Amino acid sequence: MTTATTSQETPSPQQDSPVVVSEARGLERLTGYSRSLRSSEGGGKVPASARRGRPRLVTTYAADQALLNTPAKRWWTLAAVVVAFIAPFFLARDLLLLFSLAMTFAIAGIGLNLLTGYAGQISLGHPFFMAIGAYTAAVVAGKPGSVVWGLELDLSIALIAAAIVPAIIGLIVAPLAVRVRGLYLAVLTLGLLMLGEQLFKQWTSLTGGSGVGRGVAQPVLFGSDLSVRYAVGPVIINKDISLYLICLVLLIGLGVMARNLARSRTGRSFAAVRDRDIAAEIMGVNLLRTKTLAFMLSSAFAGVAGALMSMLIGRIAPEQWNIFLAIQMLAVIVIGGVATVTGSLIGAAFVVLLPRVLEWLAPYLPFVSGSAGGGLINVFQLETLLFGALIIVFLTLEPRGLFGLWYRVRTYFKAWPFSY
Amino acid sequence: MTDQHTGGATLLEAENLTLRFGGNTALNDVSFDVRERELFAIIGPNGAGKTSTFNCISGVYRPQEGAIRLRGESLIGLRPDTIAGKGVARTFQNIELFDNLTVLENLLLGRHQEIGGRWWQAMLWLPPARKAELQARRDVENIIEFLDLTAVRNMPVGILPYGIKKRIELGRALAMDPALLLLDEPVAGMNSEETEDMARFILDIRDQLKIAMIMVEHDMRLVMDLADRVMVIDFGQRIALGAPAQVQQDPAVIAAYLGGATEDVIEEFESEHPGVTR
Repeated sequence: MTTATTSQETPSPQQDSPVVVSEARGLERLTGYSRSLRSSEGGGKVPASARRGRPRLVTTYAADQALLNTPAKRWWTLAAVVVAFIAPFFLARDLLLLFSLAMTFAIAGIGLNLLTGYAGQISLGHPFFMAIGAYTAAVVAGKPGSVVWGLELDLSIALIAAAIVPAIIGLIVAPLAVRVRGLYLAVLTLGLLMLGEQLFKQWTSLTGGSGVGRGVAQPVLFGSDLSVRYAVGPVIINKDISLYLICLVLLIGLGVMARNLARSRTGRSFAAVRDRDIAAEIMGVNLLRTKTLAFMLSSAFAGVAGALMSMLIGRIAPEQWNIFLAIQMLAVIVIGGVATVTGSLIGAAFVVLLPRVLEWLAPYLPFVSGSAGGGLINVFQLETLLFGALIIVFLTLEPRGLFGLWYRVRTYFKAWPFSY
Repeated sequence: MTDQHTGGATLLEAENLTLRFGGNTALNDVSFDVRERELFAIIGPNGAGKTSTFNCISGVYRPQEGAIRLRGESLIGLRPDTIAGKGVARTFQNIELFDNLTVLENLLLGRHQEIGGRWWQAMLWLPPARKAELQARRDVENIIEFLDLTAVRNMPVGILPYGIKKRIELGRALAMDPALLLLDEPVAGMNSEETEDMARFILDIRDQLKIAMIMVEHDMRLVMDLADRVMVIDFGQRIALGAPAQVQQDPAVIAAYLGGATEDVIEEFESEHPGVTR
């Protein structure tokens, strides 16, 4: 066995035409056979004849990497957005509030999904950051009381502050949190939640104190008071509709931002840290930085969600940012679908709207009573039972949640009626 | 073939590497150097310290003693991601791909440090981030072409067969645009056809991309055919270093691999082959 046999067994395919490769570490090094296929920027034009009769043919990487990369997705998204903007004018007040609440859950859910779904860091401390967002907004845009602070600034400033302050607190807490993972991180963030709850109960000038609570941010956006009715042409916009629209616009904006992040280098590094952290580090991903960023962004999303949620509720007490809310948030992402933005929307709608759907169904179910204390079980017990059961069902049968279910249905009908 | 590749300047120097885990010495005073464009192989029985050497170079382990320098710059004490940024890429013995991500995303992760754009620019999909992503896609598509992965481009890595995964891992390392590529058992568990494919890719990387490589491999035929120089380690100690033909004849190597070569046999061998030195 000598080296002479090598060249016979594996002749180099380009011996006749030696490729000149520049010594500099640069893009040139990466081009082997594909040198001639290399598409420079603006190059790689596909002739019209190839595209004729195939309108859906993807001919650029930009089109392939687009957020909505198929016509079906574009049309459905457009339809959903249009319906969402028209809906508040036809909905009853309580349903409107419920939908607005679902959207705030969705924003918080997207934030938690960035941290837990994409970056794989389980957090039970999400309500803590939601609370910080809520109180920040309340202080910046709320009315000062005999005890509580209030600056009565514009809502736009309050919402920005409600993102920035939790992000900074997240940044301060992150160095501790990134040292542990999995179960330990869950317990650590639980500790954070407990500390926070105690802090909020004691700090009366911020929160109004235990059992009392405080008023929330005044809805004065860009100088116009949204608590009065406005007539824009034929439509009348009242306070509830204004809040709904603010939630909707922020949800769309933040959702698109999260999707953009997820498809970028940062989103990929989140997933890499989640799946194999050592390999990710060897690929050049800075673990500390990546986890800290995930923590910070998640806190910012939670803060905005908390601020909006507090405005919908109308009065906030320090007790409401508790472990139950943390579990609800986890349910949003698990039931909706881990590491998907769309899943967070579906999950939030599910978690918030399920009680109402059960209330509607209660009269038609023989063994369920509509009020507490009658029948075999009442509707509230059924809700709790169903909630727990659904988490078990999704974890065992469909780990990708409702989004995974939808994905499977969609793929099935892609080739329907053929089996493959 | 050998001379043409080993004439380059020194790329990586490892001096007196010693790595201990408690009382266990994984590497004991190992020294070697890798030259530009060289294909340097490390062989040895299981547990000899081959992968530990890789882990020292890529920063996963910190050796207690010794120095590692890449183009004169010390790598000791740096974090793995910093070392990756200096141009050291590697593949793993047990495939360490991100199973939930597609082939494309895995390769793009290899380009993590090369892709510009800040996270907030990515969130708003501003031109710097957008252009960087598109440029990365173009670069990665070249690697997909180079390694013949076009058909599986959009598939999640987890469902792909073993041989393809090995190739994707090689691609991910290539995407890092490395100066030095560490290949940990690139053909382990492959059939002869897959092995031959991988051998061709390794030769192409050396001949066309001119990347220096260190290869740990148990397939002796592959090592002896491809490598410019071979280092043999056993129980954490270097027992031979030289051209493949030279190392093959080395009695210490024969002893390590076959066992039972007593001093008598070695003496007998040395008297018969006066040119060979340890």
